Amino acid sequence: MTTTQDAPKFERSVPKPVFTDAEAGAREFPDSNSRRYNYYTPQKRKQSHYEDVTVDVQPDPRHYLTQGWLYGFADGRGGYPLDWTVLKAWGSDQPSPERGPGSGGMIVKDWPATGWHEFRDPNEEWELTLYRYNSNVVRQVTQNVEAAKASKAFEQWNANWVRFVEQHIGAWMHVDHGLGLYLYANANRRAPTNMHNNAISVNSMHRIRAAQDLALYNLTLSEEIEGFDGSAHLETWNNDPAWQGVRDLAEQLTAIDDWCEAIFAANIVFEPLVGELFRSQLVQQAAPRNGDFVTPTVIGAAEYDFAERDLRYTTAMFELLTNDREFAGHNKAIMSDWASTWTAKSLAAARALQPLWSQPDAKPPRFEDGLDRVKSRFSGIVVSLGLEEPKELAQ
Amino acid sequence: MSRQSVAKAHQKIQELSWEPAYHEPVSHYGTDYTFQKAQKKDPLKQVLRSYFPMQEEKDHRVYGASDGAIRGNMFRQVQERWLEWQKLFLSIIPLPEISAARAMPLLFRTVPNPELHNGQAIQMIDEVRHSTIQQNLKRLYMNNYIDPAGFNSSLRNFQSDYCGTIGRQFAEGFITGDAITAASIYLTIVAETAFTNTLFVAMPAEAAANGDYLLPTVFHSVQSDESRHISNGYATLLMALADEGNHQLLARDLRYAWWNNHRVVDAAIGTFIEYGTKDRRKDRESYAEMWRRWIYDDYYRSYLVPLEKYGLEIPHDLIEESWNQIWNKGYVHEVAQFFATGWLANYWRIDPMTDKDFEWFEYKYPGWYDKYGAWWENYNRLSMPNGHKPIVFEDVDYEYPHRCWTCMVPCLVREDMVMAKVDGQWRTYCHDMCRWTDEVAFRPTYQGRQTPNMGKLIGHREWETLYHGWNWADVVSDMGFVRDDGKTMVAQPHLDLNPDKMWTLDHLRKCPPLASPNVLLNEMSDDERTAFAARYVRGGPAGRAPADA
Repeated sequence: MTTTQDAPKFERSVPKPVFTDAEAGAREFPDSNSRRYNYYTPQKRKQSHYEDVTVDVQPDPRHYLTQGWLYGFADGRGGYPLDWTVLKAWGSDQPSPERGPGSGGMIVKDWPATGWHEFRDPNEEWELTLYRYNSNVVRQVTQNVEAAKASKAFEQWNANWVRFVEQHIGAWMHVDHGLGLYLYANANRRAPTNMHNNAISVNSMHRIRAAQDLALYNLTLSEEIEGFDGSAHLETWNNDPAWQGVRDLAEQLTAIDDWCEAIFAANIVFEPLVGELFRSQLVQQAAPRNGDFVTPTVIGAAEYDFAERDLRYTTAMFELLTNDREFAGHNKAIMSDWASTWTAKSLAAARALQPLWSQPDAKPPRFEDGLDRVKSRFSGIVVSLGLEEPKELAQ
Repeated sequence: MSRQSVAKAHQKIQELSWEPAYHEPVSHYGTDYTFQKAQKKDPLKQVLRSYFPMQEEKDHRVYGASDGAIRGNMFRQVQERWLEWQKLFLSIIPLPEISAARAMPLLFRTVPNPELHNGQAIQMIDEVRHSTIQQNLKRLYMNNYIDPAGFNSSLRNFQSDYCGTIGRQFAEGFITGDAITAASIYLTIVAETAFTNTLFVAMPAEAAANGDYLLPTVFHSVQSDESRHISNGYATLLMALADEGNHQLLARDLRYAWWNNHRVVDAAIGTFIEYGTKDRRKDRESYAEMWRRWIYDDYYRSYLVPLEKYGLEIPHDLIEESWNQIWNKGYVHEVAQFFATGWLANYWRIDPMTDKDFEWFEYKYPGWYDKYGAWWENYNRLSMPNGHKPIVFEDVDYEYPHRCWTCMVPCLVREDMVMAKVDGQWRTYCHDMCRWTDEVAFRPTYQGRQTPNMGKLIGHREWETLYHGWNWADVVSDMGFVRDDGKTMVAQPHLDLNPDKMWTLDHLRKCPPLASPNVLLNEMSDDERTAFAARYVRGGPAGRAPADA
């Protein structure tokens, strides 16, 4: 005989779905259609996605921060003091509202209260964009190197080029790494708005990634090319006289106290005059002539980071300051000084690199021609900011 | 990643760092700790070539789920009681996240270990991820949830309101003061290692139970980064422990950081989980049970206690006292009751508790109804405007509390309130530990030792001070917590969106002016102040006046 009796049901304890009808538009009531962040003014007509996830996250007592900063350093100062740079944006000299018993919130209606808050990163970087971009880069770099391995591309390299890559291209990884960490990442604590600091932190990751790209490329070459000395870059960086000017300068850049000066010196001066000289006027030109089509793809990724993204936010940031309605003259004078100082140092470092031009078997275009090109590009950048070309450029 | 193993790649990138030969990097931040160079390893071997694609893949999952939630009409099943509390939580949390990014440079010059700097830089960009992904989640709620009020004004609210200010400690504490106290002990050793468990694991589970699977999607994705951050903190802690001269400071900082995290995080997350849920299954864990599992067992017993043998002085007494506060002194219930008492100063709606809620509370916290039941019945009775005033002005046997100067949560466990004259001002503290933090820890000397890098408590730490003597309608207008008709309040003590049942500025206009407890305290004579304190500590639970008053 069979039984048709059901076994007792065991009901698991789980939350039950409930129809709540809590979706937008289900009812009309005050604010039911107010579906945009209403606490900030967009740069353009419409609020962008980037602005929505970035603006005002880092507070400012000149806006809504009614109870003020709550924790300070030993000197009693909290938050993001404006005098962490000597540059000024309009409103910088106006004191924060003096709140106290019975004062109310004293929310600043005339917003932005300082020109600092007008900055928007033209790259509109936030997490979605930065991971997409950098993932694409590392994937492409990896694929390029893998394809080169598969086609035995490294076998085309002559011995001198192998030495050049192991020593000099390897040495550049230290510049990227040192600046990425101790200049850019360091500066992400210093600027007065979230828009500045997020852009700077993305810049930092570009440089650290580029450094690691070079290090891992170096590792691959050690595995693929017999006799490739994967540690030669250390000796070059530490002791090769051609590199000591760059190293000295890179260390000076990380020693800058003022965060605006650090970004200006690195992205407006050093990168065009030294970074692009090395990458675009030396490596990219010499590699193909020496049978190397792979290295330019690795170096080119870093070049694109700088030329198309990092320089873009940097010029947008400094253009605001050189066109500031209150402090344009003040800012231009300081930036001109910075441009002079760092141009002289950068050109000295660049010239110290000159022996590298003669090392490959197939020579790149002349050092002076490359230097002229980067000087011309640099000149265009500073002039676009409303600054005069520094006289030191003639050195 | 290519066929190169991660371990090999990580080994290779160690070649990137160099010792300065010509100029030292700028040193912006000080510490009273001392470190010897050491080869502490990054056990998670973080390399950007694998990191970026990993994060992108996590993003695909998060944004895919977001699209699915909208297409699948998730908001038809979301509990409003739950989503309303997200207006508070998601106004707070993006700032702590981004502050953690800003905190990383504090460690570069103070912790001499380049291998760790690499991990800290990756943590920096993780935190940018967390902050913006959370802002994006809030934006999605604003666009798709029935009531956008409070989401749409989120960061203004957060930066103006006392609740936001309490939460703001969980950000500013990371980026100021002694670099190690802030960016290592407070941020990574306590906040991330202990309390992200309740923030990012326990709370999302409750969200899912309330029909919201986007919060778990985003926050579990966030939490998956935390293990790397915890690893950064652990390596730094071991380096600090290696120098016996640091042990005294470690003991101080663990006490401060533990207690402040307990006061702030348990107040907020405890309230969200216990009072923001509609899931009243008896076998679902209470906040106290979660705390016992995630914080007491997983953090205290498994992480902290084993460090004792390396010389770390563990604040056993404070961990037990925190549990005592949660279990015996009703800390979370007192906080939730205060939030609801002061609903009119908020920017979200607070649903009254029902019989079903009462039953659950009584089951999970025996004796709850005798303490809090009558008050919540009054809250329900007074939730719709009907000729009476908001509950804070009505006679429901609740005395408005004084605020703790340090943690800024009010002094709700009345018997624990202490008072001290500090920096020329009479201040109240919710517990003697908070007095100690202000009067002893955040000072330039500690137990006779010079601590010149220790930070300071600054700011207008009692919100009520700013509005002392103001009419409540003007207070709410000034803070901007008003809907687009210019009169209906964003906050409501119920969930009914019928405009006829919503409180407006007109109702508030008839209420008594706001009085700052701290201003009044400082106006008292010494005798009056002594009498006040003696009476205050006899009050409670549930905000009741002393039985013999």
